[in-house]
Amino acid sequence: MHKLDTRPKMVLIKEVVRENEQVTTLVLDASVGAEPGQFVNVWIPSLNEKPFSVAMDDGKEMRLSVAAVGPFSNALCDKKVGEKIGVRGPFGTKFKFEEGEHLALLAGGYGAAPLYFLASEAAKKGCTVEFIVGARSKGFLLNVEKARELGVNVHVATDDGSEGSKGYNTEVLAKILDEGGIDCVYTVGPEVMMYKAAQMAKEKGVRAQISVERYMKCGMGLCGNCCLDGEGAPTCVKGPVMDLEKVLDSPEFGHYHRDQLGNKHNF
Amino acid sequence: MIDLSVEFCGVKFQNPIVLASGVLGVTGDSLAGVVRNGAGGATTKSLWPYQHEGHKNPTMFGTEEYFMNAVGIPDAGPEKAREEILRYREKCGAPLIANIVGGKMEDYAEIAAMAAEMKPDVIEVNISCPNVEDELGKPMACSVSKSAEVTRLVKEKVGDIPVTVKLSPNAPDIRAIAESVLDAGADAVTAINTLGPGLAIDIDAGAPILSNRVGGISGPALKPLAVKAVYDIYAARKCPIIGTGGVITGRDAIEMMMAGATLVGVGTAVYYRGQEVFGEIVREMNEWCVENGVSKISSLIGKIHA
Ligand SMILES: Cc1cc2nc3c(=O)[nH]c(=O)nc-3n(C[C@H](O)[C@H](O)[C@H](O)COP(=O)(O)OP(=O)(O)OC[C@H]3O[C@@H](n4cnc5c(N)ncnc54)[C@H](O)[C@@H]3O)c2cc1C
Ligand SMILES: Cc1cc2nc3c(=O)[nH]c(=O)nc-3n(C[C@H](O)[C@H](O)[C@H](O)COP(=O)(O)O)c2cc1C
Ligand code: FES
Repeated sequence: MHKLDTRPKMVLIKEVVRENEQVTTLVLDASVGAEPGQFVNVWIPSLNEKPFSVAMDDGKEMRLSVAAVGPFSNALCDKKVGEKIGVRGPFGTKFKFEEGEHLALLAGGYGAAPLYFLASEAAKKGCTVEFIVGARSKGFLLNVEKARELGVNVHVATDDGSEGSKGYNTEVLAKILDEGGIDCVYTVGPEVMMYKAAQMAKEKGVRAQISVERYMKCGMGLCGNCCLDGEGAPTCVKGPVMDLEKVLDSPEFGHYHRDQLGNKHNF
Repeated sequence: MIDLSVEFCGVKFQNPIVLASGVLGVTGDSLAGVVRNGAGGATTKSLWPYQHEGHKNPTMFGTEEYFMNAVGIPDAGPEKAREEILRYREKCGAPLIANIVGGKMEDYAEIAAMAAEMKPDVIEVNISCPNVEDELGKPMACSVSKSAEVTRLVKEKVGDIPVTVKLSPNAPDIRAIAESVLDAGADAVTAINTLGPGLAIDIDAGAPILSNRVGGISGPALKPLAVKAVYDIYAARKCPIIGTGGVITGRDAIEMMMAGATLVGVGTAVYYRGQEVFGEIVREMNEWCVENGVSKISSLIGKIHA
C-alpha cells in the first residue's frame, strides 16, 4: 500500500555536489521519510520523470546521487542550487538487517549511494559492515572516503587497478565470504555483478538482498512495465530490494530486462 | 459453499472479478500473477497491430478520491503479445480477454485478425481511450455509426470468439452506443473506460502533472457513473456486461452486478489496495453472500431491475 496521494511535490535543491566523473549528488530541502533501498520518482516538469534511489534521508533533508548516462540524468546533474524538482515516494521495499549483524555490501556504479545510506544506518545499529566498492577506475569511485569516515571496513577494487585491488569487486566479496561470519550480502549495481554476487551467496548458504532495477514508469504497481518474469510481480512494489531466493527463481534476473515498450533485451 | 462462478458469452469464470485492461498486463507472468492473486480472469493491455510508443512520465497519479492516467498505450506489437499470451496459457487456466486498439478503422481489422490467432477466450475492443485522441479520438467512441462499423470489422475477423466493445463514459448517450454495437454483432459490452480527459496542474511547478497534460479519470470518483452506465445498458438490452470503474471493494463489485454486470473489471483498485486486491474483493463478495443468504452469485446479476 502506498500513500493515497501520489502527486509530485516540488522541492528545493539546497546543494549540488560533484562526486566523481559521472555522479552528482543533489541535496534536497525535504524528506520523504525514505529508508535505505527505497526510491523516489524525480520529475523535471516538461522533460520527464525517472526513478532514483534515495542516497540519504535524515527526516529533514534527502540526497540523490545521479549518474549522468542520458538526457534526463544529465539534465538532473545540471540542476543548480535554488532550483526545484518534483519528487514523489518513497516507493518500494527496504533493506532489512538486525542489530549487531555482520553485513557485506557490494556496490557498483551509483549503487554505492543507496548502500552508503544502508551502511550508515547499519553502523548506528551496531552492525559490522564490509563496504565493497567497485568501479572501472579511480575517477568513478563513489562514497569511498565517506564510508571510511563512517568507520566501516572499506574495500576498493578497480578494473584498471588505479585504486585498491585490480579486478572485480566480486573477487573481494568472494574472499570475504570465504573468511566466513557474514550474515547477509546486500548488492546494488550492474545486474551482471549482482547476479554473480547472488550466486556466490547462495553457494555459501548466506542470505542476500538484491536491488532489482527494471524500467519503471509509475512506481506504484499499476503500469506493469517493471514486472519480473517468474512470479510476475512489479519490482517497484515487491522490489527493488528482493531476497536471493526470489531473484534466482526468476528466469529473467541476470539474463534479460524489458524496455519501456516491453521488448526484451539480454544483458 | 457459495457458487461464485459466472458464465460470460459461454465462457466460464471461476469468479466475476477480472483485471481491467492497462493495469499490470504487460507480461504473461504478471497476468498469471493476477489470477494467482484471486482474479477469475485477466485482460491484456490494449494491443496494437504495430509497435506503439507511449507518453513520457509522469503518466499517472492518485488521490484519495480519484486517479488520473495518460500512459498512451505503449505496446511492443503483436509478436510480443503472442509470446506473452502463450506464456500466460502455459501458467494459467483462467480465461484471458485480449483487449485490442487501433489508430484507424483498418487497424482494428488487422489487430482483430492477429488477436484471434492468439486464441483468447474473449476479445475486448477499446474504442474509448481518451489519451490517444489524435489517433482514434473521441468521435469513434461517441459516434453510433463508427462504433458499429468497428464492431462489424472486428466480428468479421475473429470467428466465434466472443467480442465485447469497451465504451466511453464521454458519449452523451452511452446506451445508444451500446445498442449500436450490439446490433452490429457485439456479444457484450464493457462499461466504462476512463472519464475525461481531465487536467491537473501542479501550481508550484506551474505545469500540468501529466506529461500528456490531460489524462483519463478512474478510481472511486468514477464508480457512480460506471454503475449508472451498466444500469442503463442492462435496462435496454439485458446483454452480458463487464462492469468496470471504481470498484475497490467486494461491496462495490456486488453493486456493479446488481446494476447488470456479469463480470466486474478491476483496475485502479490495485493502487488503493495492492496486487492482493483481487482475492480480497472475491473474499468480501463471498462473505456478503454468506451473510445475505445468496448461494449463487450469478443470481445477483441485474437484481435491481426486477
Ligand atoms: C529502482 C531504481 C533506482 C535507481 N537509482 C538510481 C540512482 O540512485 N542513481 C542513478 O543515477 N540512477 C538510478 N537509477 C537508474 C535511472 O533511473 C536511469 O539511469 C535514468 O532513468 C536514465 O534516464 P536518462 O534519460 O538519463 O537515460 P536514457 O538514455 O533514457 O537511459 C539510460 C539507461 O537508463 C535506463 N533507464 C532509462 N529510463 C529508465 C527508467 N524509467 N527506469 C529504469 N531504468 C531506466 C535505460 O534502460 C538505459 O539503460 C535507478 C533505477 C531504478 C529502477
Ligand atoms: C493506468 C491505467 C491504464 C489503462 N490503460 C487502458 C488500456 O490500455 N486500455 C483500455 O481499454 N483501458 C485502459 N484503462 C482503463 C481501465 O481498463 C478501466 O476501464 C478504467 O480505469 C476504470 O476502471 P477502474 O476504476 O477500476 O480503473 C487504463 C486505466 C488505468 C488506470
Ligand atoms: S513501474 Fe509501473 S508497475 Fe512498476
